[in-house]
Amino acid sequence: MDNIQYDMITALPEIIVLSMAMFILILDLFLTDKTRFFIYVLAQFTLFAAAYFTLTTHTPSVGYSFSDMFVDDALSDVLKLMMYLSTSLILVYTRNYIKLRGMFRGEFYALVLFALLGMMIMASGQSMLTIYMGLELLSLCVYSLVAFDRDNVKATEAAMKYFVLGALASGLLLYGMSMIYGATGTLNISQIAAALIDPTLIQSTGSHPVLILGVVFIVSGLAFKLGAVPFQMWVPDVYEGSPTAITLFIGSVTKLSAFAMVIRLLAQGLQPLALDWQGMLLIMAVCSMVIGNITAIAQTNLKRMLAYSTISHIGFLLFGLMSASLNGYASAMFYIASYVIMSLASFGIVLLLSRKDFEADKLDDLKGLNQRNPWIAFLMLIVMFSMAGVPPTLGFYAKFTVLQAAVQAGFIWFVVFAVLMAAIGAFYYLRVVKLMYFDEPVDHTPIQPSADMKIVLSINALALLALGLMPQSLMTLCAYAITHSLQYPK
Amino acid sequence: MIFTDFVFYILASILLFAGMRVITSRNPVHSALNLVLAFFTAAGIWVLLQAEFLAIALLVVYVGAVMVLFLFVVMMLDINLDKLREGFWDYLPVAGFIGVLMAGEMVLILGSNHFAIITAVEKSAGYSNTAELGHVMYTQYLLPFELASVVLLVAIIAAIALTLRDRKETKSINPSQQVKVKRADRIRIVKVKSETEVAEVIEPAPTDKPRGIK
Repeated sequence: MDNIQYDMITALPEIIVLSMAMFILILDLFLTDKTRFFIYVLAQFTLFAAAYFTLTTHTPSVGYSFSDMFVDDALSDVLKLMMYLSTSLILVYTRNYIKLRGMFRGEFYALVLFALLGMMIMASGQSMLTIYMGLELLSLCVYSLVAFDRDNVKATEAAMKYFVLGALASGLLLYGMSMIYGATGTLNISQIAAALIDPTLIQSTGSHPVLILGVVFIVSGLAFKLGAVPFQMWVPDVYEGSPTAITLFIGSVTKLSAFAMVIRLLAQGLQPLALDWQGMLLIMAVCSMVIGNITAIAQTNLKRMLAYSTISHIGFLLFGLMSASLNGYASAMFYIASYVIMSLASFGIVLLLSRKDFEADKLDDLKGLNQRNPWIAFLMLIVMFSMAGVPPTLGFYAKFTVLQAAVQAGFIWFVVFAVLMAAIGAFYYLRVVKLMYFDEPVDHTPIQPSADMKIVLSINALALLALGLMPQSLMTLCAYAITHSLQYPK
Repeated sequence: MIFTDFVFYILASILLFAGMRVITSRNPVHSALNLVLAFFTAAGIWVLLQAEFLAIALLVVYVGAVMVLFLFVVMMLDINLDKLREGFWDYLPVAGFIGVLMAGEMVLILGSNHFAIITAVEKSAGYSNTAELGHVMYTQYLLPFELASVVLLVAIIAAIALTLRDRKETKSINPSQQVKVKRADRIRIVKVKSETEVAEVIEPAPTDKPRGIK
């Protein structure tokens, strides 16, 4: 605490988000239903302000603050910018949906901002304590957001499942952290990495078994938060049960924070134990791809299908992480960024098709979409092609870079397997395209999206095409973030 | 040293006994009271370890506040424990065996020699760990401490947002509206003509609805 001014500057975006969340909460008391729109504007402004300060205080160097508990590096800044952008899109997509369902309240926006704060802390956590606090802050907000539509029995059930299993996963993670702390004597991420390569620690105390057990618990906790097999049980139920607005939130932006947590804990802190966790990630990646892709074929519910597709995407993400090299981490970051863009667009379209008292969450609701609204059908076509990994969309390059990193790390046979699984996965994505273009519509209600949502959604979906044609910009950004933040001691 | 060891074993055995009674007693109120006893003895062990702040916090927060609330809830709920505990004794041998096995495995792997345990340094007589904790909490651990307060704030918001609803049938009144009330809102002056004599009105034909009941 020698330099409080520096501490405050590094945490400026967090401070802005926190103060605005509290301000929104109080302001909401003085607003009527007619003027409540102002809250939405204010929330968007908060994201803009936080982005502005993240950009202006950005330096390529790594800065530690708050007694080395908080880090301001390229990785955290890039991830935070992605988080602001996706949260902003989420607010645009969900506005009408939550208005029609009586969820348009100040608490919704306050909780979203608090959740964002938790994710930002996770991206910047340099101590296991801070990372855990950020995770709890995020989880608590998300649990209550899932149950936010109070009279929806299904959502309450989903919230209950999510809460119980999430608490269990937090417990696993915490248990693992306590073991690592017991073996290394520190909570600080870089000090853990330094302690682990110190030969005197391992040999003199023989603490290897404790470390391995700690890694097992930490990997299990992380796998739960990511939704990887065998900790995937909650994903379909929570995705299906939550109001689609919240599914959008869980399915997109929270994955960025889970990725940040994996990088901080595994790639930064436990990198010297990479040989031990690589195998675990490999098994989880393979199982996630098999279970995700094959079970998704049998789904009739669109949200459930997208949930299983998430599981398979997480499998691909783990492929990138498993390489345990800078190249692998950069490709994993590229993958998660592309996944978030795809997931925003896909759930955005589900939200767009929903009306008052009607959720467009069945696959049949997409039948004949081309006849009802050719433009939205075209956007969905791009999203589905991208998810399936059809060139020249972004999804293709994301899969390509991840698998390239895995080949370089020597996992050639697993890469062949992953390509096979991707081919199986293409079936259910293309089935959606078939339903939209070749089937007769069952529902003839006209689709009337608000202008801003239609424009933003179009940009979002077309970005998949544009970035697919020019993937260098995003790839450079990810490589920049990873290489400037992860410095392994020689 | 011998005396503190002796006190430790006494406290530890009371703690274990109380812990066992929490899960084996048939009456939920007894379980809760045993939990209070367990907390109390744990606080005693912490005092032995010279962690007096934690001991006081445990007494004040858990025994004083949390467990009293818990007792109220337990007393108000009508829980039939026998139904909950059905099959307890049937499963006990298997569960007990697995539990002992797991504990044994953990002891084998996680002996204390695996941890980088820092031996405690004897502190001088005037040392207060309450002051020390306060010091690090507001300096070194400022960020997690503030985050913890945000987590608590979110818990309050979430609890209120999920449970508070305006019930239609409540008779609560809004004081500000009450103060702002004007005479015109409450009193309506009706001009009534002075009474004049009229011809007798014929009663309406009786309906099948009984009179006096709406």
